[in-house]
Amino acid sequence: MTGPLVASGLFSPAWDNLFAVLLGIGFGFALEASGFSSARKIIGTFFGYDFVVVKVFFTAAIVSSLGLLYMDYLGVVSFQALYIQPTFLASAIIGGIIMGIGFAMGGYCPGTSLCAVAVGRKDGLAFFGGMFIGIFLFSESFPLWEKLYYSGSMGSPLISDTLGISPEMFTFLLILIALAMFAGVSWIQNKVKKVEY
Amino acid sequence: MKQNKYDGTTYLNPYLGGVLLGTVLLLAFYISGRGLGASGAVKNSVAAAVNVVAPEHVEHSAYYCQFAGGDKKPMNNWLVYEVLGVLAGAFLSGLLFNRLKIKTEHSPKITERKRLLFAMGGGVIFGFGSQLARGCTSGAALSGMAVLSLGGYITMVAIFGTAFVAAWIFRKNWI
Repeated sequence: MTGPLVASGLFSPAWDNLFAVLLGIGFGFALEASGFSSARKIIGTFFGYDFVVVKVFFTAAIVSSLGLLYMDYLGVVSFQALYIQPTFLASAIIGGIIMGIGFAMGGYCPGTSLCAVAVGRKDGLAFFGGMFIGIFLFSESFPLWEKLYYSGSMGSPLISDTLGISPEMFTFLLILIALAMFAGVSWIQNKVKKVEY
Repeated sequence: MKQNKYDGTTYLNPYLGGVLLGTVLLLAFYISGRGLGASGAVKNSVAAAVNVVAPEHVEHSAYYCQFAGGDKKPMNNWLVYEVLGVLAGAFLSGLLFNRLKIKTEHSPKITERKRLLFAMGGGVIFGFGSQLARGCTSGAALSGMAVLSLGGYITMVAIFGTAFVAAWIFRKNWI
């Protein structure tokens, strides 16, 4: 069956919400079982004592990119029908920098803070609650950021097009880089003193 | 009840965890044609709450009116349902690996109060940034990377690059 399934008319849109719950369960399980309900495990990446974030994140990126390319090749999924996030250069960079500060301060990102809440971590709840405040503040002060929000609009380019290579070649290079990174971080992790948490 | 054989410190092999996460993401694209997310559900919840308290304000806000007001139902949204699933899935994993416990995780060098304040501050800042960047680590970075979106890669590098520097500034809170 050609995906995306919901676009094929096989299911009514209401089914999509049920799929959302089921996919969410898989998402939450994968994050928690990998250790992402623990801020000190997540933050280990930045101090070299636990690189689980790098390993899980880039393995997932490889599996999904490679999988989508294969499915596109087999005609199972049409790459064109997928939602590709538009690129707004300035807001992507500045928003990312702001998120990086929040990440280092709080130890979670939105998805992982939810996992921490689910297993009873009060710091996860504090982070998750803080997000409501941050999003409220952004929404209320939107006129101040509106210009920045829409500046640098580039449409929805693929990184492979920007680099002038094929998506397959990019994914191949991504795999090589990720494997080198996995070897590198494992080497560092063995050198760094363990932190108990 | 059967004794849980795990002591709460057992995790999946990270590469297996990554394959599992990548497979769920792949399925999301195959079934729903979109990636996974988290901050979007909070955004819709905020917009829905403000719409209940001050519907006039939502109509006139250039930001809220994209998600709420009029006939829009911000809580009947794919991401909101997905996030409810995330809570359930993480709970199941916590149950399986014996990690369900109400506590605050913090470095022994800082107080619980300090940890909670910094966690909340981090959430405020992260939430703000996620709106400017149109998505967080899952919605913008990971899901964007899966479809080779340039913006996804840029956001990922900006988040992790900054966090490496910022973690050093906040190092006394962690190690």
